[in-house]
Amino acid sequence: MKTIGYIIQKEFKQIFRNKGMLPIIFILPILQLVILSNAATYEVKNIKFAYVDYDRTSTSRALIEKFNASAFFNVLTDFPSQEKASAAMLSGEVDVVMEIPNHFERNLLKKKTADLSITINAIDGAAAGVESGYVNQIVHSFNKDVKMSIMNISKNAVQPVSIESIPSFWYNTTLDYKTFMVPGILVLLVTMITLFLSGMNIVREKEIGTLEQINVTPIRKSQFIIGKLFPFWVIGIGLLTIGLILAKVIFNTPMLGSLILLYAYTSIYILVILGMGLLISNYTDTQQQAMFIAWFFVVIFILMSGLFTPIESMPKWAQIVTNFNPIKYFVEVVRMVLLKGSGFMDVLPQLLKTLLYAIIMNGLAVWSYKKVN
Amino acid sequence: MKRFIGFIKKEFYHIFRDRRSLFILFGMPIAQILLFGFAITNEINNVDIAILDHSKDASTEEIINKISASKYFTVKQILTREADIETAFKKGKIKAVLNFEKHFSRNLIKQNQATIQIITDATDPNTANSITNYINAILQNYQQEKNRAIVVEYQIIPQTRMVYNPELKSVFMFVPGVMTIILMLVSAMMTSISITREKELGTMEILLVSPLKPFQVIIGKVVPYIFLSVINAAVIVLLSIFIFKMPLQGSLILLGLESVLFIITSLALGILISTIAETQQSAMMISLMGLMLPVILLSGFIFPISSMPVALQLISNIIPAKWFIIIIKGIMLKGVGMAFIWKETLILMGMTLFFIGLSVKKYKIRLE
Repeated sequence: MKTIGYIIQKEFKQIFRNKGMLPIIFILPILQLVILSNAATYEVKNIKFAYVDYDRTSTSRALIEKFNASAFFNVLTDFPSQEKASAAMLSGEVDVVMEIPNHFERNLLKKKTADLSITINAIDGAAAGVESGYVNQIVHSFNKDVKMSIMNISKNAVQPVSIESIPSFWYNTTLDYKTFMVPGILVLLVTMITLFLSGMNIVREKEIGTLEQINVTPIRKSQFIIGKLFPFWVIGIGLLTIGLILAKVIFNTPMLGSLILLYAYTSIYILVILGMGLLISNYTDTQQQAMFIAWFFVVIFILMSGLFTPIESMPKWAQIVTNFNPIKYFVEVVRMVLLKGSGFMDVLPQLLKTLLYAIIMNGLAVWSYKKVN
Repeated sequence: MKRFIGFIKKEFYHIFRDRRSLFILFGMPIAQILLFGFAITNEINNVDIAILDHSKDASTEEIINKISASKYFTVKQILTREADIETAFKKGKIKAVLNFEKHFSRNLIKQNQATIQIITDATDPNTANSITNYINAILQNYQQEKNRAIVVEYQIIPQTRMVYNPELKSVFMFVPGVMTIILMLVSAMMTSISITREKELGTMEILLVSPLKPFQVIIGKVVPYIFLSVINAAVIVLLSIFIFKMPLQGSLILLGLESVLFIITSLALGILISTIAETQQSAMMISLMGLMLPVILLSGFIFPISSMPVALQLISNIIPAKWFIIIIKGIMLKGVGMAFIWKETLILMGMTLFFIGLSVKKYKIRLE
């Protein structure tokens, strides 16, 4: 026990002695949490909208006015021709172009139907879908206006059936992205810091040559590993605490569930990451290699965690792959516990999987660590 | 010059000797682009929903069948009480619950109006919003079928044309982003590490007392990485064209030149990091922790920049990746030439010069 104490002491001294690293460990993640959480929004607003009006009648102007009044569109310029508008779209000045053809009003009044052509920059497919939805909504409501103003619907005409749908958004009634993203980004930062630090730690001693010195001491394998990893576990928990406080104070993130449950889960989760870091350390010779591997896994874990893009949308094989992603479970648990107030029984599957993962990872790490080459 | 070539050779030997790093260097980008190209999408598919049907009549059954027939939704659970909704959401699998009112059919026939409540788990606002929209579209469709007998008069029909990406594939959005991230991080990280490594191992002193000029040392360090990154970029472009069927509307040569420019920008950033960092550890932490999330989040790779708060839109301008993503999308998807992307190109050049200038100023040729 005393031996472990000493090695822990040594590790802490080494971490805190390196003045360059301290801000990277604590300030950088926190700055990122505070700033970047604001960036993560799928909301589509301030759409750059332009129109070409070949008709120039009161109806076409009324339609444009309708777009102008909408909160989603920034009505840009009136382009004289479709060619000009296309050029503006090429250069990225506009994202949606509406072309009102000649005889728009006449067709509407005489033939009771008129065409309207909408061109949308669809490189961002998801945003394009939303934009198209907004356009349809506005045109739909304009259609109603036209019906009201031009023709008097006789009272006794057959009424069409209508189904009224009432959307109700639970747990996040205002659809605030920050509520969703802050816990997730916090998870990422805790993971990245602990994985990078632990992955680099032992390999660094290897590279500098001090590992051999430790290996000739009478310290046991398990003592050495526990002593090495404990400080990072503390740093991970510390980071989570600071992050939660900031989330509460700055973003007013709801915390409905039990924080004890969250801490209990995190304690196990960090063990998975530390085991993984240790494993990487064991199989690499230089810090450079260790970092490349850690980076490889982190990018995959981040983008396949369901943090930014939903897991249900992935193809089946990819969903199976995500089962091996520890970040996925942490993201799920942190969102369930904080935002929905899920209890112990609700997160039990994630908890058990993470525990199993921790045992396997650390087992492999201890087994593959050799004092003698 | 001969000395300089000898030095570059040494650098190549260093890299090629380390088989494992080399494998990671080439294998990783390929694995990542394949994985992400297929897996990352923000389209809605196969969402698990539950039904709470208080009427259980012909109309509700029709609607439920219509919804479960669509590829967007899978009906996973039939609930019987309002209280079950909470439990279903807390378990985390069910993302939406459709709540049909009592006497749905009767209301629809007698009063021409019936009500459905769409309850969504809005912890993920994007998914919640999309689910609501899709269900509404299905309901709309159902109403139209019912109303076919009644002629609806006066209609403006919007003909929507999705340009540059008619099938709305999210691959078109994500592949340029993944390519940028890989080039940026690999280039910046590799150079910063290789220079600090010499510092940490003490061999930098030997290089500094050699007759090579400091800038020759730095250029010699960077040249092999330009070479490696160009190969990486080429592989990624080939994969995106042949596997993900990304169109290449514009000029391949222009795309190549712009990629080289971006690689140089990233390498210059790496050099700058190495002049600040003393140990490999801090170099790596700066390039990984400092670059990864900002590049993912502020470059327009996943989240649209125009929707961000103004302050963040301004900050996004200093992220080189943002400009490169605009350039790649422009060349590959829109088929634009230099006339449309000269501004972005100039910005990248300016950033490169700035990074190099700053590193030259900070570069210490003497030991402390």
